[in-house]
Amino acid sequence: MINSVKGKIISINGPIIKATGMDEAGMLDVVNVGKNELVGEIIKLDQGIATIQVYEDNSMMETGEEVVSFKRPLSVLLGPGLLEGIYDGLQRPLKDIANMTGCFIQPGVKTYPLDLKKKWHFIPILNKNDKVSQGIKIGYVEETELIRHFIMIPPEVKAAKIKSIVKEGDYTINDTIVVLDNDQEIKMCHYHPVRRSRPYLKKLTLKEPLITGLRIIDMFYPLAKGGTAAIPGGFGTGKTMTQHSLAKWSDADVIVYIGCGERGNEMTDVLNEFPKLIDPKTNQPLMKRTIMIANTSNMPVAAREVSIYTGITLAEYYRDMGYAVAVMADSTSRWAEALRELSGRLEEMPAEEGFPAYLPSRLAEFYERAGLINTFNNEEGSISIIGAVSPPGGDFSEPVTQHTKRFIRCFWALDKNLANARHYPAISWLDSYSEYLNEVMDEWYKIDSDYENIRTEALTILKTEEKLNQIVKLIGPESLPDNQRLILLTAEMLKKGYLQQNSFDEIDMYAVPEKQIYLLKIIIEFYNLSNKAIKKGTPLVKIKELKIIDEINRLKSTISNKEIVKFEEFLNNLRSSFENLLNIYT
Amino acid sequence: MSRIESVGLVKIEGPLIIMEKTRPVHFDEVIKIFDDRRNEQTGKVLAVDEKHVIAQVFGYTSGLSIKNTNVEFLDTPMKIAVSRDLLGRVFNGLGEPYDGLPQIFSDDYRNINGSSINPYSREYPKDFIQTGISAIDGLTTLIRGQKLPIFSGNGLPHNILAAQIVRQAKLRYSDDKFTIVFAAMGVKHDVAQYFIENFEKSGVLSNVVMYLSLADSPSVERLITPRAALTAAEYLAFDLDMHVLVILTDMTNYCEALREVATSRGEIPSRKGYPGYLYSDLASIYERAGKIKGKNGSITQIPVLSMPNDDITNPIPDLTGYITEGQIVLDRELNQKNIYPPIAGLPSLSRLMKDGIGEGMTREDHREISSQLFSCYSKVKELRALVAIIGEEELTETDKKYLEFGLEFERKFLTQSPNEDRSIEITLDIGWQLLNILPEEELYKINRKFIDKYLKKST
Repeated sequence: MINSVKGKIISINGPIIKATGMDEAGMLDVVNVGKNELVGEIIKLDQGIATIQVYEDNSMMETGEEVVSFKRPLSVLLGPGLLEGIYDGLQRPLKDIANMTGCFIQPGVKTYPLDLKKKWHFIPILNKNDKVSQGIKIGYVEETELIRHFIMIPPEVKAAKIKSIVKEGDYTINDTIVVLDNDQEIKMCHYHPVRRSRPYLKKLTLKEPLITGLRIIDMFYPLAKGGTAAIPGGFGTGKTMTQHSLAKWSDADVIVYIGCGERGNEMTDVLNEFPKLIDPKTNQPLMKRTIMIANTSNMPVAAREVSIYTGITLAEYYRDMGYAVAVMADSTSRWAEALRELSGRLEEMPAEEGFPAYLPSRLAEFYERAGLINTFNNEEGSISIIGAVSPPGGDFSEPVTQHTKRFIRCFWALDKNLANARHYPAISWLDSYSEYLNEVMDEWYKIDSDYENIRTEALTILKTEEKLNQIVKLIGPESLPDNQRLILLTAEMLKKGYLQQNSFDEIDMYAVPEKQIYLLKIIIEFYNLSNKAIKKGTPLVKIKELKIIDEINRLKSTISNKEIVKFEEFLNNLRSSFENLLNIYT
Repeated sequence: MSRIESVGLVKIEGPLIIMEKTRPVHFDEVIKIFDDRRNEQTGKVLAVDEKHVIAQVFGYTSGLSIKNTNVEFLDTPMKIAVSRDLLGRVFNGLGEPYDGLPQIFSDDYRNINGSSINPYSREYPKDFIQTGISAIDGLTTLIRGQKLPIFSGNGLPHNILAAQIVRQAKLRYSDDKFTIVFAAMGVKHDVAQYFIENFEKSGVLSNVVMYLSLADSPSVERLITPRAALTAAEYLAFDLDMHVLVILTDMTNYCEALREVATSRGEIPSRKGYPGYLYSDLASIYERAGKIKGKNGSITQIPVLSMPNDDITNPIPDLTGYITEGQIVLDRELNQKNIYPPIAGLPSLSRLMKDGIGEGMTREDHREISSQLFSCYSKVKELRALVAIIGEEELTETDKKYLEFGLEFERKFLTQSPNEDRSIEITLDIGWQLLNILPEEELYKINRKFIDKYLKKST
């Protein structure tokens, strides 16, 4: 077998180069290009001429320089030490790059994705002569205080018996820990090609909600663990802020945050903030469950294309250990644009707006890597994908948004007008939808049997308000009857006191499901009581004078997640203040 | 390596020349083009294939002939010399002296394309810059190390505003002065002159580096101008520890030059004829702002761009908005009402202000008051649309208060003279005065303790 193939560069067009003498190289092989040994990948082979996309800045590359293929696909290294890391699109630790080349990234840096010297305390689960096959857990190390990292038999290893397994002790990722009876050695780390999804036993139907702490999402447009969601919105509507919020508070075990073609400072923000944020459930810094992939907008465009795959492959690895993983991809539009740019340089026939015809199939492949699965250990693991979409001009009819909508089942549309009014999260309650409602309903019923009723009632009020506003625009609010103006008032309270959530307010930034239910119950109760009062002849003006309205609007930031009992007291206060009102007017 | 000349071209098309490949060629290397009278022009290799080299000329291709044009390959990417002597100098769009003085004497040459800052090495910008302009300080706060563009239109006072920012920008708790790098792309002579006079007046001229590619220079030259300027800025900021304020005006002209080259190459256009890589290309300019861990200097960018037809969804402002950390949008309607600065409250935004304001940086009530002002003004806009149809009489009392608030907001908060320098405290106090017009229960975004402390005081 040949280990490497060498060729020569004959043409350069930005990050796309061609090389001759590559007859024996394979499609999608990873190659070293030129004297700086830049990383590239073969994307087309034509009679010995390979077309290669280069993942690093290839300015000043010369024709005639050498190209070397190692006959293996572009892969990531999977093993303990991934968590708390920040990588570029090719899984190179940015921290190591900074140590090697200073604060500016230089092309051609060679680093190792994981720490080779660090000793991990390995505890075996299996014994000699146990039968193993791909995906089976053989032992574990405590990777961080939050995540126990299971060492598994890598995919595509043939079923065999364990010939020897090391004792509990400290090992590096390159030490052999298991030898199989076919003499194959198993280490704590292994490579996996990024473009191939990792195998699993079978896909399951989704059932649990991914609790995010954001009221508009959890209550109105929920995402299930293993589901897919898209957040589209023009610039300034808060895509990244919403993604950050989700990365912070969603109840997944592991978070993979892919910053794809976005701002450098945003990644820095996450890097600064996450180690300081404490997970309310475990009292550990959130960084201990997070992996970051940063390929900012000024980093090479081809690596932006691959960063999405790198991220999702890392996520699959943790899924296979039986964890619920959430992947935030910010933004998939930049990834699609990278596809477009590379496709243009390959002189492919464009489809819509210059995007290649295979855009929808690539999007589908990516979103299909989400799901709830049975692992080979017969445990459940899941990947939820939340992809931000940046439509040009905020116009949702453009190709990336439209095609994404085909492959996701949860759509959180961001609204420019809400963002302009500083209504955050600026998720529109009219344009958004979720198809996961039936799947997650059971879990909510366990918390409160009223879930569906109050949710429907609130949505009806908000939708009626939209219609009433059309009329108000023609004749003014004063001409409406009291019961309709009550709808306007309640909708206003829903927006101020429920849908808006202040991510800087310590009490309001994250709401547990119980709090979400109670807050909504109180507003709906207010509506019902007012409606009754109006029917009995109380003028709306008198209801509006009630001090309790202002209190309800501020309730989200006055009663914390730990003081749920206070809501019951508040409900009683609400009822008695209406009794007093009724006593006067009836 | 010896310099080799290649004689003769295959094709000339717009700013592009195509010649036969007679030797190995570097991608991105600089070339010199000589016509039959040995007049020299600069160019750059865009692509190489088996037989041909495609290059772009940063000048005029008029007069070049197929037979008598010689091309010299320089084996080097585009570089400019940097040293402390940059300060006070004026260069043309390609980074060559334009003020009659000799070349910068230095052996330190920097690639104008720069390299991307490692996100891990970035320091998150937090230092509040007081511009003395209420609409900016109060609502879209500028932070040191930020890239905050001005979205403008023809006939709007973006130059006056940019000049006012340059004159008044200062840090509150330090005496660090700003060094200014000014890059003009395709702007008129008198606009450039306006800025120069402004620098002179405020006595900072010796602290300014200028790159001028004016309206009569070849348009392709503009592709180099911002990069040369930012290379100088990076040197001043990260080698000499200076705080650099970079003004890039007008980015629309830059994008048009990019489109011109792309069209000549026959590339597949995406929106409005702009190339698909416009986003990445703009990012390679804007992302050169920021702060770096362990270095004292910083680069703050204020790009100015005119929105064609005042359309914010045009690809240039649209893609810029996706890269920069907010935007200051100028509004024609406000300008027609004679309000200066005509900063449109609602679409303007500063993404970095969240960490740069509040107690210890500006004032504890800053965040909530700005958020409240935004949502009140947004309500005013809604009401005005309503009033246009049903008249003011039909409104509720509270709504009428809102309209009054709207007028006062534009008259007292937004409006100020181009020479007026307001401290952040004054700006915030004006904000409280305005909120006082409204009933207290409307101020739901503000914490009760601030209402008690500030609202009562301002009555």
